[in-house]
Amino acid sequence: MKHLRALVTLIALVATIVLPGCSEPPRGIVLWHPYRGGEEAALKKGVLRFEAERGLKVTVLAVPYEAYLAKLEAAIPRGNGPDVFVGPHNRLGEYLLHRLVAPVGDAFPDADASLYEPVTVAAITYEGERWAVPLASKCGALYYNPRLLPEAPRTLDDLAAKRDFALGPGVWPLAYESHTAYWHSALLHAYGGELFGAPKPGAAEGEAKLPPGFAMTGDAAERSLDKARELVTTRVVPDEASGDLVKTLFTTGKAASVISGPWLAGDLEDKVPYEVVPLPSIAGVGAMRPFLTVDGVFMTPEGAKSEGARALARSLGDGVSASERAEIGKQVVATRSYWSAQDDGVAAAALSPEAKRQRKLLVAFHEASADAIPMPVSPAMNPVWVPAEQAIRKVLRGDASPRDALAEAKARYDDVMRAPPREAASPAPLVVVVGLALLAAAFAVVRRVRAPGFRRELTASKPAYKYVLHAALTILVLVVLPLVAGAAMSFFAGSREDARFVGLGNYVEILTARGKPLLSHGSFYLTLLVTVAWTVVNVVLHVSIGLVLGIALARPVLRLRAIYRVLLIIPWAVPSYVTALAWKGMFHRQFGAINAILVALGAEPVSWFAKFSTAFAANVATNAWLGFPFMMVVVMGALTSISKDVLEAAEVDGATRWQAFRLVTLPLLRPTLLPAVVLGSVWTFNMFNVVFLVSGGEPDGTTDILVSEAYRWAFARNAQLGYAAAYAVIIFGLLALMSKVLGRIGAGDAKEAL
Amino acid sequence: MSARSKKGSALEAVLVHALLLVAVVYALYPVLWVVTLALSKAGGIEPRVIPIPRGADEMTLDNFRLVTGAGDPERSWLFARQLVNSLVVSFATAATAVAIATPAAYALARFEFVGKRSGLRGMLLTQMFPGVASAVPLYLVLDTLHLLDTRSGLVLVYAATAVPFAVFQLRGAFLAIPVDLEEAAMVDGATRTQAFLKVALPAARPAIAVTALFAFMSAWNEFILAATLLGRESAFTLPVVLQSYVGEYSTQWGAFAAGAILVSVPVMILFYVAQRQLLSGLTAGGVKG
Repeated sequence: MKHLRALVTLIALVATIVLPGCSEPPRGIVLWHPYRGGEEAALKKGVLRFEAERGLKVTVLAVPYEAYLAKLEAAIPRGNGPDVFVGPHNRLGEYLLHRLVAPVGDAFPDADASLYEPVTVAAITYEGERWAVPLASKCGALYYNPRLLPEAPRTLDDLAAKRDFALGPGVWPLAYESHTAYWHSALLHAYGGELFGAPKPGAAEGEAKLPPGFAMTGDAAERSLDKARELVTTRVVPDEASGDLVKTLFTTGKAASVISGPWLAGDLEDKVPYEVVPLPSIAGVGAMRPFLTVDGVFMTPEGAKSEGARALARSLGDGVSASERAEIGKQVVATRSYWSAQDDGVAAAALSPEAKRQRKLLVAFHEASADAIPMPVSPAMNPVWVPAEQAIRKVLRGDASPRDALAEAKARYDDVMRAPPREAASPAPLVVVVGLALLAAAFAVVRRVRAPGFRRELTASKPAYKYVLHAALTILVLVVLPLVAGAAMSFFAGSREDARFVGLGNYVEILTARGKPLLSHGSFYLTLLVTVAWTVVNVVLHVSIGLVLGIALARPVLRLRAIYRVLLIIPWAVPSYVTALAWKGMFHRQFGAINAILVALGAEPVSWFAKFSTAFAANVATNAWLGFPFMMVVVMGALTSISKDVLEAAEVDGATRWQAFRLVTLPLLRPTLLPAVVLGSVWTFNMFNVVFLVSGGEPDGTTDILVSEAYRWAFARNAQLGYAAAYAVIIFGLLALMSKVLGRIGAGDAKEAL
Repeated sequence: MSARSKKGSALEAVLVHALLLVAVVYALYPVLWVVTLALSKAGGIEPRVIPIPRGADEMTLDNFRLVTGAGDPERSWLFARQLVNSLVVSFATAATAVAIATPAAYALARFEFVGKRSGLRGMLLTQMFPGVASAVPLYLVLDTLHLLDTRSGLVLVYAATAVPFAVFQLRGAFLAIPVDLEEAAMVDGATRTQAFLKVALPAARPAIAVTALFAFMSAWNEFILAATLLGRESAFTLPVVLQSYVGEYSTQWGAFAAGAILVSVPVMILFYVAQRQLLSGLTAGGVKG
């Protein structure tokens, strides 16, 4: 007890001293970037030089890619954002949607236009304005292993000739991420198709121009899908290849060539010999043309006003900076002077072999970029991307013909992009609903207050309030307030900055399944069924595994008990992001460990993510794994509060082990176990990241649960936050209802525990 | 009779060990893949049953060196600071959450008061709302409180999210403790506060340890809020740093896996050390663990 209190005091002391003690030096110009490693080092070098030359202070912050947009979106409107930030140009649509950027102005004057590669200038220009100083471009090219392919493959047919492992057992002629829209687009472009159409003029007078939208339809798109499927079925290309698998296959000599970007070279180093050439062409069709993205320095509205920030952006694009970024960051820089110096062969003789190889690589990518197609700027990026990818996967799995899959994708795109509910004619329905709810609450409060003896009760409650006050306050301010603010979004449509009040429109849309049959694909009701199944299966597994292990580990005479305990909490201790992806890798059809085990046992390999049942099982296996240690620890904690005497008394009374467990242990576990089970169910109901990381909703979005749907609406479908918030409120309502019903059923227990 | 029961318990022990071994294999198998990924040069995916890097020359500690910045004093200093940040933030979260939750849980277990049922229900309800869009409102709240970019702000946020579960957990523990002891103390002249601090609190110690561990864990692995609410690299926690190995186009899986292992080691040490706390209730019964 004394130790505990001393510990708490000590920690509180440390916290008060250490935590606020970060008085901030002036920050000067603030630059955010998502870079890492060499790219980061090169960028910092450029910044340092700028600081020295201009005598200005620059603060640089690396923000992880996954949190980048969220941070920009939270910070910039509140004036806490950076002045300039580095990002890929294809996100400009989202930046504009959230009003995060301003035109760069004199950071990129007209006079500079000839300094940068034309293709990169085109990429950062949108609606006649320049939105970034281009730094570097990224696109795909063909890496090949000269040991396996002595000559550079010029056509896809050259590679296809090596099918059926003609190059050696298990050696694929080509590997690329065939199931992604980004990489499939290279094939699509070869056939003359396109993923994004040109911007369309608004349908009605005065309506905004529609952004480039889903255009992967027609003959070219279908032929490209046929080709992709043919490559997989004729064993030219492995299926379901993730970026990591592509890399591994190439480094281990199991793929003679791969399509990837300049980032792959950093991982290859000298593990395997390689050459880089532009993408092959398809005989009689045309060259494969990859998408090109351009990293640029963007200005926030605040930063665009600062002369220093603009000067910083401009200086990062200059020749000296560019050559640093090429040499250290290994980037395919957008600045032309670097490349013309390469052509002149400046000091080429003095270079080390390593540097020479490095240059050769960059030159190859530079060549490939000339033929690449800049990704269009569109706020409708994700709404196009997701259905296109679903169609590609469906065709590759052989579940649908290209025509049907694409028609379905187009319909999905149209559904997502359909104008959000128009402005509500009047807020009356909302006022009525909210008013009724408030009235009911007020009535309940009044009745309570007017009940006899209320004053006395209230006075008697005073000491208790001393105990709960700070907990109530913390929860209200830091939990309830943000949630209410989030829920309020559900009455609006559109993005955060130009939200329109639509009353209950979002709710009506969701609950009527957007006008489609109630149990159709992706509808609220179908997803609800999946979610309920998901929750029940997981909670049953968590509790039963946790209970069994917790009780087994409580045996006082067990040897190695301490070791078992530590080993069994490992799934909980390792960050779930990486373990969930390890599980996904284990379920890979061709290269996964699970199928390797099945084959070793003489069974047929399973294509885990091709069917709902197996994909669901994969998700459950992962989530059960992640969740059981928590329940186990809860059980272990709860068991400690059961006194030995009670059990001994039961034994003396002649109870069997099972009877003692069922009649004594279990009832005593109940008060601590029940809240964990109730909250565990609630958390599982809302557990989206396993679904996201393992099956990703595959096949075809069927394994998505309600909350992952909500996330898709918020982040992958045109940023319809109002719609996502309405989903969240509905989920909340469902769970609240469920707990009430459950409370009624198990009246005594639930009241006891909650 | 004693011979029979001994035989039975030997068989039982074998069965329990078998069960635990199966569980350990289930628990460790995917983690071994992560370890392989962290140790291997080429990355890990191959159709193999047993995840061990092939041969000594395939193994390398490069990924660990990369993550910790070994050989680059400036980067290893930064890594050390970020490790300290993580530890400070997580311990502070655990302490704050327990400090806030314990009295509330005690009141909810022992007192009758106006608003008790709705308070309990309300707390459960907060857990039901998916936080799809709450990062930005949270940011605004912290900005208003001038706690943005501070670790104290982050600790408060983490603690607040951990409090509801902590309250339920501790309330259950207090309910399981017989009231008699406190009542006896109060008959002997102790105040309610003294009865809480000197009688109930020590009895609930294992539950408090478990609750603190949960709060610690919720802070230890979180990165989205940390990356959003903190503004300087020297203030970042380790999960944020780890996450930066995940790029838009490619992820440095080896480094990420190495970092994930480094991040989980302190938790395992903590758990190993805290076991005695967790189980003091059992040992109090007189059986050595």
